[in-house]
Amino acid sequence: MKLTGAEILCETLTRLGVRHIFGYPGGAILPVYDALGKSKLHHILVRHEQGATHMADGYARATGGIGVAMATSGPGATNMVTGIATAMLDSSPVVCITGQVSSKLLGSDAFQEVDITGITMPITKYNVVVSKVEDIARIVREAFVIANCGRPGPVLVDITKDAQQASTEFDWDASAPKLPPKRVRNNHNQAEFDRAVELLNTAKRPIILAGRGIMLSGAMRKFEEFVHTSNIPVAMTLLGIGCFPARDPMNLGMMGMHGEAWVNTAIQEADLLLAVGMRFDDRVTGDLRTYARNARKIHIEVDRAEINKNVKVDAAIIGDAGETLATLLPLIHERDHSAWLSHIKELKGDSAVRDIQSLPDSGHLYAAHVINDLWKVTKGGAIVVTDVGQHQMWEAQYYHHDEPRTLITSGGLGTMGFALPAAIGAKFARPDAEVWVVVGDGGFQMTSCELATIVQEKINVKIAIINNGYLGMVRQWQEFFYDKRYVATPLVAPDFVALAKAFGIRGERVTTRKEVVPSIESARSTDAPVLLDFRVEQEDSVYPMVPAGAALHDMIRRPNNPLVETATEP
Amino acid sequence: MQTIVAYVENKPGVLNRVASLTRRLAINIDSLTVGPTENEEIARMTICAHTDERGAIRLEASLEKLVDVLLAENISDRSMLERDLALIKVAADQQNRPHLMELIKVFRGRVVDVAPESLIVEVSGTVDKIDGLLEVLRPFGVLEMARTGRIAMTRGSDLLRPPAEASARSKEPAPPAK
Repeated sequence: MKLTGAEILCETLTRLGVRHIFGYPGGAILPVYDALGKSKLHHILVRHEQGATHMADGYARATGGIGVAMATSGPGATNMVTGIATAMLDSSPVVCITGQVSSKLLGSDAFQEVDITGITMPITKYNVVVSKVEDIARIVREAFVIANCGRPGPVLVDITKDAQQASTEFDWDASAPKLPPKRVRNNHNQAEFDRAVELLNTAKRPIILAGRGIMLSGAMRKFEEFVHTSNIPVAMTLLGIGCFPARDPMNLGMMGMHGEAWVNTAIQEADLLLAVGMRFDDRVTGDLRTYARNARKIHIEVDRAEINKNVKVDAAIIGDAGETLATLLPLIHERDHSAWLSHIKELKGDSAVRDIQSLPDSGHLYAAHVINDLWKVTKGGAIVVTDVGQHQMWEAQYYHHDEPRTLITSGGLGTMGFALPAAIGAKFARPDAEVWVVVGDGGFQMTSCELATIVQEKINVKIAIINNGYLGMVRQWQEFFYDKRYVATPLVAPDFVALAKAFGIRGERVTTRKEVVPSIESARSTDAPVLLDFRVEQEDSVYPMVPAGAALHDMIRRPNNPLVETATEP
Repeated sequence: MQTIVAYVENKPGVLNRVASLTRRLAINIDSLTVGPTENEEIARMTICAHTDERGAIRLEASLEKLVDVLLAENISDRSMLERDLALIKVAADQQNRPHLMELIKVFRGRVVDVAPESLIVEVSGTVDKIDGLLEVLRPFGVLEMARTGRIAMTRGSDLLRPPAEASARSKEPAPPAK
């Protein structure tokens, strides 16, 4: 059967199981759009190509499948850059398809020509220009393999217009991926493996550091089994949240810059760290010279390049988290760590008692209230998609996630503007799920154009704007480290309720604590999207905080005021 | 100095990816050579870089992460041969030419071109050897020089061959359940 390149692309995507494509048309990708119209693929028209990549990313994060974004050449492609880098830093499998000028025009500065493979080289796992119609099916299939294998990541396929227009015989079997034979390293270094087992079986104050790799490996059940066999408490990275239930007593909570104080202190006192699918990011370790100096370290990681990158470890096991844990499990002795566990409990001090929710209503509305109430009303069952900044950290502290893939957030790149589009992607991936956007007034204004996408696609996404009139996290740094010189952080926002109305979305402003729960309940009672504008305390800060570059135990604690820095006990 | 040998796909853009990686890691390349192998789809690179052992480990691991790199191995500590090739054009007239030829012979260089006022020496060997010859030639006037950069190979039965077996990554992800 003879098909055009554009038709071959649509057919290939369909056969690969793709159902949704987030994109924006333009000249160099028009043949593909024409073919899309005849296919069964559901194309979601975004309002900006950055949104398309975040949607594909949110789609991938919500399911573990591959998200697909599409754009035209030139500005369409360059608008994708931020979204691609976001996916790269958080190991999210996204395939971006861009149109490119015809092959005979390549390199001629033709209209809307840009060297997008050159631009995205360092922020993709792989990228490739396709200029022959015969190569399209095979290369797209290879892109899906690469995006998904090992440590996942974004792949960009740039297809010239003439390749989209030309025709060739379409043969699925003949277009199977032909990736070159790559060395399979003998990762199972027996000496290091044995050392890891010995360390695990002899440690007195061990802690597991759990990262997103556990989720990417689909190893949640195996991990739980490992934790309860070894009796080792678990600290979470931001992106690891959800891979181990928050309600589990062995879950200490989040570590790092805005992690729980007792978690960071416990890490500094530990004699063994078992890092699983995490990469010792600087936001997690603080100053490396003082990081967990008493601890031996074991690193289970699928990406060899992460071993000894930031923290030198005593034993590295390179491999898939689930497979590695399964191999380790029978060798781990059930041990009693009750002394260590009760010591960690002591470290909590009275923080669990000083429950933020039980404090009297001071007339102020704090972001922490809003998020904690959202957790209570949704019974922790929503997919929460956050933006970046203070609200993101409060979400991590006050919304307790028991299920994997229920917190979707830009961790590595810290991309403002991520939340709204990523939530749209998540909703398409999990139409059954309740999806909440938790976003600041700054980040929301970066990609609020995607409200139109929500309306056009008639999808049910709830939006909670944590509106404090500042770029809050930057303001916080200015308060702590720049003598309260609030340069460029006070920010004027439109009337978000009126804005929502202009898009045809119901909006509501919430200014007091007692309105929070009813407003969330009311938003949940409809199948339509709702925007809630929470006017929260303007100059509240996220505590505790490890200043950038400081030692992990060197935390700024909340000054003596009605708010406490701790999450409530679930 | 660290020496890394890599097998890469022989296609456009691969050199760019490798070079871009060293730039990101802030590792200065002293020499980088690329040439075909017996398999025309695979090229072999020898990368000599100014970095410490830790840098070399990172470079090796990061290189092997690139889709187009089939294998990368740091062979600095292994028993190996390193060779550099140079063409050196030296000023030479009738008077000093015989003396010059004597010196070149000591370094096992070959005179491959003679002109009235210059000659070209071809010399191969270790970097030290070529640097040594260069030192001796300099007083005569080195007019031009081209060097290939190093190629390296481990000795004896220590084989470094491109992988032949397809690895697990070529498996296609299963389409999501409908």
